[in-house]
Amino acid sequence: MADSLRTYRMVAGMWIRSTMTYRASFALTVFTSFCVTFFDFVVILLMFGQVRGLGGFSFAEVALLYGLTGTSFGIADLTMGSLQRMGKRVRDGSLDTFLMRPAPLLAQVAADKFALRRFGRVAQGLMVLVWALVLLDVAWTPVKVLLLPMTVVCGAVIFAAVMVLGASTLFWMQDAAEVTNSFTYGGNTLLQYPPTIFAQELVRGVVYVVPLAFVNWLPALHILGRPAPAGMPDAAAFASPLVAAVCCAVAGLAWRAGIRSYRSTGS
Amino acid sequence: MLRLYATVAAGGFRRHATYRVATVAGVFTNSVFGFILSYTYIALWDERPMLGGYSMDDALAYVWIGQALITVCGLMGGGFEDELIERIRTGDIAVDLYRPADLQAWWFSANAGRSAYQLLGRGVAPMAIGALVFRFTLPSGPGAWLAFLVAVALGSVVGFAIWYAVAMSAFWLLDGQGVVQVAWLGGLFFSGMLLPLNVFPGTLGEVARLLPWASLLQVPADVYLGRYQGRALAGAYAFQACWALVLLGAGRMAQAAATRKVVVQGG
Repeated sequence: MADSLRTYRMVAGMWIRSTMTYRASFALTVFTSFCVTFFDFVVILLMFGQVRGLGGFSFAEVALLYGLTGTSFGIADLTMGSLQRMGKRVRDGSLDTFLMRPAPLLAQVAADKFALRRFGRVAQGLMVLVWALVLLDVAWTPVKVLLLPMTVVCGAVIFAAVMVLGASTLFWMQDAAEVTNSFTYGGNTLLQYPPTIFAQELVRGVVYVVPLAFVNWLPALHILGRPAPAGMPDAAAFASPLVAAVCCAVAGLAWRAGIRSYRSTGS
Repeated sequence: MLRLYATVAAGGFRRHATYRVATVAGVFTNSVFGFILSYTYIALWDERPMLGGYSMDDALAYVWIGQALITVCGLMGGGFEDELIERIRTGDIAVDLYRPADLQAWWFSANAGRSAYQLLGRGVAPMAIGALVFRFTLPSGPGAWLAFLVAVALGSVVGFAIWYAVAMSAFWLLDGQGVVQVAWLGGLFFSGMLLPLNVFPGTLGEVARLLPWASLLQVPADVYLGRYQGRALAGAYAFQACWALVLLGAGRMAQAAATRKVVVQGG
């Protein structure tokens, strides 16, 4: 683990220095990364310009959902986002270079082309989260306050695990990277909205099959004093660390199976 | 000469048709996003029926047209600019400029082939899936489908023109990522992919409907929904054609300026 972290830090540091060579471009990308996510939120603002509530949720409540998943996803994307481009390395065989190095593969691939500009997404998520907390009218208890940072961290870990799981499938199907997007970017979009607007089968799917509901829905609904979706008990709001741990275990196993089945293109 | 470009176009079609797994993965992702957006639109139109002049059925059709046209009209990236920018950055572009073919026409043809494949491979399937699950507006007859296809073709040309002009910036900036991100942002927000442009309020809506990105999705979708008839339809086509000419011209001028005083990256 310490080895992985050290490798990650070194590779990421190298890419940060390399990005700084093209400073104008870097400044533009940080700005746009922030704007891309900002405009994403503008859509919700525009929606609430037309309506008072979505699925029975007020603007502040939707903003809480948005801020929580946005921050979690931003952290996962910043640290693990490069994984989705690993398919190219499997296809052209440049993954071999990574395997030759005496350092953990996952850390190397995850830090490959590390893009500091993705921090823009984290910043935007945090801003919306703070905004939501200012607007919200919630009877805060110490438990509810502690639930917030735990949710953000566990959410990031769950998203990161999904990214690793997605990257593992690239060992077999190099061109299938986009499927992962539907769970990461798609999941992030889904979780911005209250579960009440979706079909119940879909909600059950993200609670029991791909447990994205634990990223923000379950803890946030508890904070807002609303019932948990899909027949979950109220205590499920505190299950995120457990779910995150299970997700990591599954992702770790898949990653190992992936590496073992890796065959170089030989070119 | 025309035969050459026809061959390039056919090559573009075949090249993208090779990656069948990528196509299936793309269809899957587009469908997932289609589902998520559909439910948010249902919640929105439930609260405000006839928002932006669309009925619920129109709004749902709009969602799935958007998912179908993402790659066809280059809403979130033209699908070729990364490669072109990489060739400029590495200096390979010098080889292209030596060829007895015009650079812009070459890429235009290749992109036309790509676009045609994406329409068949990634346009038809998500719409069919969407139509199976949701009830949405369909064009009244073959004539209306044809009118829609013409608008899509024009949209695809405007999409190419935008991304080609974007790629040309790499001659000066070398690392095109910043400009690509800005263009990506414009495409994401002002194409109306997240929210139809006629739902945008006041001046923002008026401006958004005049920008080139409106040609990519909003105009084809409105043609599909039968909101343009007779002279208004001709006007809509003219709007798209104007932007196509202006942006293709801009790309040409940038290309001329770059090739007159190009410093090829050696190595």
